[in-house]
Amino acid sequence: MVRGAPILKRVGSLPDWALLLFAGLVYLFLYAPIFVLMFFSFNSARSTQVWEGFSLRWYAELFRDQSVLDAFYTSMVVGVTATAISTVIGTLAALALARHSFRGKTLADSTIYAATVMPEIVVGVSLLAFFVAVQFQLGITTIIIAHVAFCISFVTIVVRARLSGMDRSLEEAAMDLGADPPTTFMKITLPLILPGVMAGALLAFTLSFDDFVITFFVAGAGASTLPLKIYSMIKFGVSPVINALSTVLLVATLVCILGGSRFFSRKEE
Amino acid sequence: MAAQKGVDKGRGWSLGLAGLLAPAAFWLGVFFLVPLLLILAYSFGTSGVYGGITLGFNPENYLKVFDPLYLQIIVRSTVIALLNTLICLAIGYPLAYFIAFRGGSWKTALILLVMIPFWTSLLVRAYAWVVILGGNGLANRTLQFLGITDGPITLIFTPQAVMMGLVYSYLPFMVLPLYASLEKFDARLKEAAQDLGASRWQTFWRVTFPLSLPGVIAGSILVFIPSAGEFVIPDLLGGSQTVMTGNLIQQQFLNARDWAFGSALAVMLAVLMLGAILIYVRRIGTDRLEGV
Repeated sequence: MVRGAPILKRVGSLPDWALLLFAGLVYLFLYAPIFVLMFFSFNSARSTQVWEGFSLRWYAELFRDQSVLDAFYTSMVVGVTATAISTVIGTLAALALARHSFRGKTLADSTIYAATVMPEIVVGVSLLAFFVAVQFQLGITTIIIAHVAFCISFVTIVVRARLSGMDRSLEEAAMDLGADPPTTFMKITLPLILPGVMAGALLAFTLSFDDFVITFFVAGAGASTLPLKIYSMIKFGVSPVINALSTVLLVATLVCILGGSRFFSRKEE
Repeated sequence: MAAQKGVDKGRGWSLGLAGLLAPAAFWLGVFFLVPLLLILAYSFGTSGVYGGITLGFNPENYLKVFDPLYLQIIVRSTVIALLNTLICLAIGYPLAYFIAFRGGSWKTALILLVMIPFWTSLLVRAYAWVVILGGNGLANRTLQFLGITDGPITLIFTPQAVMMGLVYSYLPFMVLPLYASLEKFDARLKEAAQDLGASRWQTFWRVTFPLSLPGVIAGSILVFIPSAGEFVIPDLLGGSQTVMTGNLIQQQFLNARDWAFGSALAVMLAVLMLGAILIYVRRIGTDRLEGV
């Protein structure tokens, strides 16, 4: 199969048509539920099933709901704080792992990978047990601590990938020309790995903002993030307000993905 | 001691290296490894009546897993997670194949379209199915419209609803690694097989599929592990009817307050995960290093 061939070029025999049809159905399966969800957020009736007419009343209700706004605020505070801390810590760890070999490196590597694949519920209950054991009051602080813990590994992996593709001779040149290590880092290394650091930060923020399971266990009664709020709304009952909130989140995610991919594809050039 | 070796950059410990690693080591050590060791210790403890735990060496929590009440839930979860993996593979493979070999210049867009639902909130995706499967929802009305059923039937809070939600949520996890391994595939191998007289079917099973095996295994692990521990989807779509291991763990920690048993379940889930990863690294990791 020639790369870059037009999509329909080889579609002629039965298996190809079947494949195209099948792929179409899978995309329908992936997107139909989301579109149905968004569609009914504009329904004028209380139903999420029967269309009565167009209205924005559920959006008005959503933006009047103080508890939703509070949860959004909490999620932003948690997301920004956890991203900032985990990006710094994760980048430092990536520099150590990409540049040095040392005793215990296998343990460090394994811990970082284990943290990315450990089932969330295990991380959630173990942190809950830990915070209770050391008598740490559950709340926004414990949420941030937990989020940093699971974001560090992702940042490290992303930044490390960037570092391994980097030409070290530029840094050596800077050092030869008399730059001290901090200057070399700020002027040469950091600008070169910045796309990786940004990608890591973006990933960390998304993971933090979306996390439900771990947050569910470490939030306690005091703090509620947006996913926790959505969960309790769904538990309380289906309502077009949830559809409206979901739509806002979906559109925001889409804008971030498109913006992000634009940013990164331009950086690559 | 570490500072003495400071000159030797690149190998061994140095002060700078310790400085780079210390924050991550501290955070992951205290807030990831220590909590895991804590529940490992708890899993051999004894839960008190009021929720406290007496530490010791009590294998009872692990034996409790064989209690038919719990065993049924664990077996069901494993079966559901396995089925989910197989269905995702059956749906994901043709899709990944289509994108990799027939996608042409649309490849990037098509794979991005698979990734977008993966980036959206898990709760939002589960909620979409709560609405569709619930009451007289879209699914029921479609069934009636097609004449398959006469009136609304119970779709939500069934094992099938959980399966639907799981497949919907985990499909991207299967498609991405499959696509990654098919994308690298050298099309000349296929041509060679066909030149040598293999039919399309033979070419697929004897050339394409074996070479995509790393992707198949990576995708299967990425789907199986989290779905075995899944807690949100069975909670929202299965209700009290389809409890999975994840829900059982949550109940032990938040409702029953039997932390020792909950810890034992969590440890078992973690061990299952580590086992699967080890198998993957042993079987596929080395093969991949040998060059594909």
